[in-house]
Amino acid sequence: MFKSLAPPEYLATIDREKCIRCKRCIHNCGWGVYSWGGDRIQINTSKCVKCLRCYHYCPEEAIEIQDNPTRFKQNAYWGFHQIRNIKRQAETGGIPLTGMGSDLPYTILFDNLLIDACQVTNPSIDPLREPMELRTYLGKKPSSVAVEKDKSGRLRLKGKMPPQIKLEAPIIFSPMSFGSISLNAQKVLAIAARECGIVMNTGEGGLHEDLYPYKDNIIVQVASGRFGVNPDYLNAGVAVEIKIGQGAKPGIGGHLPGEKIPLEVARARMIPVGTDALSPAPQHDIYSIEDLRQLIYAIKEATDYKPVSVKIAAVHNVAAIASGIVRAGADIVYLDGFRGGTGAAPSIIRDHLGIPIEYAIAAVDDRLRQEGIRNEASIIAAGGIRSSADAAKAIALGADSVAIGTAALITMGCTTCGKCYTGNCSWGITTQRPELTVRLDPEVYAERLINLIHAWVHELKEILGALGINAVESLRGNRERLRGVGLDTQTLDILGVKPAGR
Amino acid sequence: MLEIDAKGAYYRDLNRQVREAVARGEKEIRLKNVNGQYYIGDGLRGASVITIEGVPGNDLAAFMDGPTLRVKGNAQDNIANTMNSGKVIIEGNAGDVLGYGMRGGKLHIRGSVGYRVGIHMKGMKKQAPTIIVGGCAGDFFGEYMAGGVLILLGLDDRDGAPLVGDYLGTGMHGGVIYVRGEVDKDICGAEVGVMDPDDEDRKVLMESLTEYCKDFGLELEEVMKKGFKKLVPVSSRPYGNLYAY
Repeated sequence: MFKSLAPPEYLATIDREKCIRCKRCIHNCGWGVYSWGGDRIQINTSKCVKCLRCYHYCPEEAIEIQDNPTRFKQNAYWGFHQIRNIKRQAETGGIPLTGMGSDLPYTILFDNLLIDACQVTNPSIDPLREPMELRTYLGKKPSSVAVEKDKSGRLRLKGKMPPQIKLEAPIIFSPMSFGSISLNAQKVLAIAARECGIVMNTGEGGLHEDLYPYKDNIIVQVASGRFGVNPDYLNAGVAVEIKIGQGAKPGIGGHLPGEKIPLEVARARMIPVGTDALSPAPQHDIYSIEDLRQLIYAIKEATDYKPVSVKIAAVHNVAAIASGIVRAGADIVYLDGFRGGTGAAPSIIRDHLGIPIEYAIAAVDDRLRQEGIRNEASIIAAGGIRSSADAAKAIALGADSVAIGTAALITMGCTTCGKCYTGNCSWGITTQRPELTVRLDPEVYAERLINLIHAWVHELKEILGALGINAVESLRGNRERLRGVGLDTQTLDILGVKPAGR
Repeated sequence: MLEIDAKGAYYRDLNRQVREAVARGEKEIRLKNVNGQYYIGDGLRGASVITIEGVPGNDLAAFMDGPTLRVKGNAQDNIANTMNSGKVIIEGNAGDVLGYGMRGGKLHIRGSVGYRVGIHMKGMKKQAPTIIVGGCAGDFFGEYMAGGVLILLGLDDRDGAPLVGDYLGTGMHGGVIYVRGEVDKDICGAEVGVMDPDDEDRKVLMESLTEYCKDFGLELEEVMKKGFKKLVPVSSRPYGNLYAY
């Protein structure tokens, strides 16, 4: 066979002095890099994705994985991956796929925004000793509130409050389907969501029966493939989400590769084993805001009026689209930014379509306020939230809550290698191979994810305390407490943020 | 038999009345003077039989799971959207995007249908949906089809109009489409193979069409007189070579 002219991305090496030939690397690598050569471990480095599973499980620390030092001649314009992709395309005629969010060096606005703090003139608050409220309710809020006395003379809310999702922190887990990730990975999310008083989202792959006990902490998703959608499913969770788009692949559908469709996934999706699970690019019953309204209310009618979220990718005209979504009757608008993750997307789409979430939050929050309908829906911001600081900045820009996907997977062992589409994840996350998924013990890894959420909650409280405010409500849309560093006037104007020093 | 007069009723009130009646155990319900109300039978469960007089609005029987609906005239778009089980019988014509993502149950239409009917129908073993269209169909019939059975009969004189539009079964990766009459390969999606039905197919057709003919008082023999073509996906992975790994 013709040898590929696309050089390996990584170089795996074993220190032969240290290697005790225990073969743990062979067992742990889901990619087939290592094999037994009779007296020594053999290495096929072209299969290596640098997921570091072997490194972590080598008892002698004999393994080293580095970026392949034999690269094309250095060129500031023609990067390694550009040349490599052309070579791969020349060999296959195919579209290079990728996983997770874009890693290209576009400006990261979060890193150019800084948060205010109190000094002298208004006191900061110590969250370790004073109450600090992170509880968040997602859903439509009434435009005015009136109270009345009931028979016993106690005050109560006049009229009916629209349905709300109660969160103990403004952080939820983003939609990741059974199929794109393993059932064990979904269980980790479900256990952590329940423990932390937040929610996970099924994504478009149905709800496995093992997850029904966690229904109070689950949002179920309806997307263009309608996988797993039946009346039980719609009524199982606390809300239903209509997925229109995804930040990593705005405007295109999903092809969950056949490698990730064994019997159990096929059964959940009701499609043939080993086929690609096709999610059409549009939902063919939605070609307009009016059509969207029709589906929103079809779901509300079928669920006795549970909250409905509509998830869209952040694109150029996101503010007007979000306004339409709110007017169509959505209770929540889920914005997924340019950096948002994916289990499989053409890299050309992931890296070149959409806009970063920071702009989208500001633009949507502005537009909904201008139109006097900001109370009609909550905003969830997602797409590259890496820390509690990103979360705080997103909330200050106008989000009600953030959603995290990649960060949650990192607690399960993910090293952001970006090969989720192959179904070979050695950490048992984005794979359906039973010998790999069994590695992800839901109870054990849920503990790590719970730790992460608790840590972020503490950090958020510290940030609020430094700001001298005692509830996340007071941070929401509070752009006065953000300053831009090194941003141009127009960007600052769009973000509604002053430059540092002003 | 419960009669509900839908004249001037807001869809939400009408559907609540229907749901409450079904919850009470009402076996037969007749909706009179229906005029465009959305979501009739949406998410409805049980085994009730509901007769609809007039023209029901969009999303009839969306997410429905069990009941039987009979429409005594024409119906509109999005019928049997993601329907799980049960049956919908339309005595007249129906609109676009019928049976989108349908997972089970039956949709029998006596007349013709619009565009994108039976998109992404799916099935797993015995849980599989069936749509039978008596007249003709528009473009993208059976697009993305992943399971179940689609039957197109072309019973009526169409005055020269084509039996089915373009892009027939495009993106098909499961299930089967039967067309009564000849099928020009040029109108089919690239993923579709056209062949003659075998004995197993004739059994499926006989079984499905016996029930269909009974629903509309048609002669099964008359319907079966003309030959059928069978359309199946040529690959269960039509886009397997699209990507570079």
